[in-house]
Amino acid sequence: MPARRRDEALGSLERLFAAKEIVIHCGSGGVGKTTTAAAAAAEAAIHLGGKVLVLTVDPARRLANALGLEQFGNVETRVPAEAFSSAGVEPRGELYAAMLDTKQSWDDLIRRHAPDAKTRDAILANPLYQNLMGRFVQSHDYIAMERLYDIHSAGTYDLIVVDTPPTRNAIDFLEAPARMADFFSSRFLRWLTVPARSRVLNAASRPFYTIADRILGSQFLEDIAEFFLLFQSMYAGFVKRANAVTRVLGDRRTTFVVVSTLESAPVREAQYFISELRSRELHLGAVVLNKVLPGYLLDREATESAQRMCGEADVLAGKLADEHDPAVLERVLCEIGNSFLNFQVVANREAEVRAELSSIPDVVANVPYFDTDIYDLAGLIRLGDKIWR
Amino acid sequence: MPGPNLLERQLLFVTGKGGVGKTTIAAALALLASQHGKRTLVGEVDAKGNLADFFEVDKTDFKPREIAPDLFAMSMHTEESLKEYLRLQLKVPLVARIGPLARTFDFVAQAAPGVKEVLTVGKFLWEVRERHYDLVVVDAAATGHVVAQLAAPSSIRELVKVGMVRDQTGWMLDILGDPSRTGAIAVASPEEMPVNETIELAGRIERETNVDLAAVVVNRVLPELFGRTEEACFDDLRQPARVGALEAAAGPGVAPVLDAAELAVRLRRTRAGHLSRLREGLASGTNLLYVPELFTRHHGVRATQLVAEALGQELGF
Repeated sequence: MPARRRDEALGSLERLFAAKEIVIHCGSGGVGKTTTAAAAAAEAAIHLGGKVLVLTVDPARRLANALGLEQFGNVETRVPAEAFSSAGVEPRGELYAAMLDTKQSWDDLIRRHAPDAKTRDAILANPLYQNLMGRFVQSHDYIAMERLYDIHSAGTYDLIVVDTPPTRNAIDFLEAPARMADFFSSRFLRWLTVPARSRVLNAASRPFYTIADRILGSQFLEDIAEFFLLFQSMYAGFVKRANAVTRVLGDRRTTFVVVSTLESAPVREAQYFISELRSRELHLGAVVLNKVLPGYLLDREATESAQRMCGEADVLAGKLADEHDPAVLERVLCEIGNSFLNFQVVANREAEVRAELSSIPDVVANVPYFDTDIYDLAGLIRLGDKIWR
Repeated sequence: MPGPNLLERQLLFVTGKGGVGKTTIAAALALLASQHGKRTLVGEVDAKGNLADFFEVDKTDFKPREIAPDLFAMSMHTEESLKEYLRLQLKVPLVARIGPLARTFDFVAQAAPGVKEVLTVGKFLWEVRERHYDLVVVDAAATGHVVAQLAAPSSIRELVKVGMVRDQTGWMLDILGDPSRTGAIAVASPEEMPVNETIELAGRIERETNVDLAAVVVNRVLPELFGRTEEACFDDLRQPARVGALEAAAGPGVAPVLDAAELAVRLRRTRAGHLSRLREGLASGTNLLYVPELFTRHHGVRATQLVAEALGQELGF
């Protein structure tokens, strides 16, 4: 089914993607960010051409399979041409996919920034580091942005489509680079590393160590100190990178696509995120609304018919008598009517929310409620076609 | 048959993939318990969360507040929790709690794995240990991070070999690991990704934490529209001649109503498939609770009440 062409003045995802180099999909968990990002990236590869990369944080095997890959790796892999041809399309460009492996990416980063092999090995072996990068929640946010920067600045791709980690607070990842820079320039960090530098404690930090020793034990403190001391050797590099990452997010070649369903919690998150983008002067390119119920649920005549099917089921069943048991027919008519009215309640609520959200950006794209799962590239493209033009 | 005694436990961590209704279920469970006479605390681990919206009350704070009879609500603030922890449990003198130490601690909490999580989980465990409530329901982190949260006391134990913090983890692990007191509840919806994540999560909780998986709550289960004979009857109704007859009888809006019914049937069928995949993927004997799709108009105290009633039925109240 061809998608309806939108008013030219309103813009489209097609136009947006053609003008940008980085498209960051964000929104709360479970709204379909990853799928939307992959579908839009596939459309970009098909229609715009060039080398398109979809960078995902979601390790879902299904999506990997949909793209014709065994699984996602931390390195970029080309989606095989056969996946497109079996979906019946001839793409103008090439589509690549990669998954963000937090631990692997951190290791790569350390290898790149460590001043020498000894420091590198010491950091990679430090127990605190191993725990920190695997479990430290915010490290996902930072590394995602860092990796994005890295790929973008290598100049390999025309377009990079990213979906963001499922943070509860969608803005966390925006702040991650700045926070990382703060972190490494912190006064406390220098404090912590004092004992490793010299055993002579100054008067200001002595009470801290006395109590911290009692609470945490000196071994832990030493582990921390060693870790941060090692990290400090990379301080300048980190801060520089973090600043560069922040700059890329604000660059005019970068845009944000906010993805949401029409349920109240994701919508609230989306609205919050939109206002944050504005206050940071970041570019909001589009809002994509997922799982939108079909418009016919709001049809007035249908409402009347549904009400009659419930209220006068017995009469209608009598009029329609056929080989089926009239009691069964009556039950079916009533169920059908009821089901319509049930879904209508939700559809009405959604329509109101959609009107509210639509007043914000230039581009609003609706993804209909798919009643089956997407398991191949053809499915992704079917979804993409709904939002592309 | 572990179902009925779910609310007999003292500490329940509710988790689930984003968007499946984790907070709804946490709020509804707490409401249900309080309505059955249990002094209940419901806490969200995310200070920026929206637990208050589910009861339509003012924003919740670190200090628990009674928002309905026997129902108290709070939000986690790591800094506040740290101050309380230093004061109550480590008995650190005031001077150290407010000076650079507290700030440094905050810094360490940001950096060192498990510290922030242990402050979060520790607060709820403390409330349980002190028996301030009959039941503490935690709107915990989403599937991605909840294991780190639940495993925090053990991680701390691995990293910190001596000192008061380590000593504190002992009683925490005792409470966490006791299935008669503590349980995790995974919320899922019968959709593909939530089901995959739930199966994976159940395995990780089993392997990486000492917390018992008390139940899996499947939210938004669509009602079955038809049985087999009814379905044949429905298929006939879709024949052009029959549609015409139905239009003559019930008005011109029949086609969309039939389309909607077909959508409902297909959705239900897809979801039923995911549901059976969930059942197969979980360890046998896992306690499954079902909450139907409620087609509610809004999220709020009314919706929370409806979910509480549905859960109450499942639990045999």
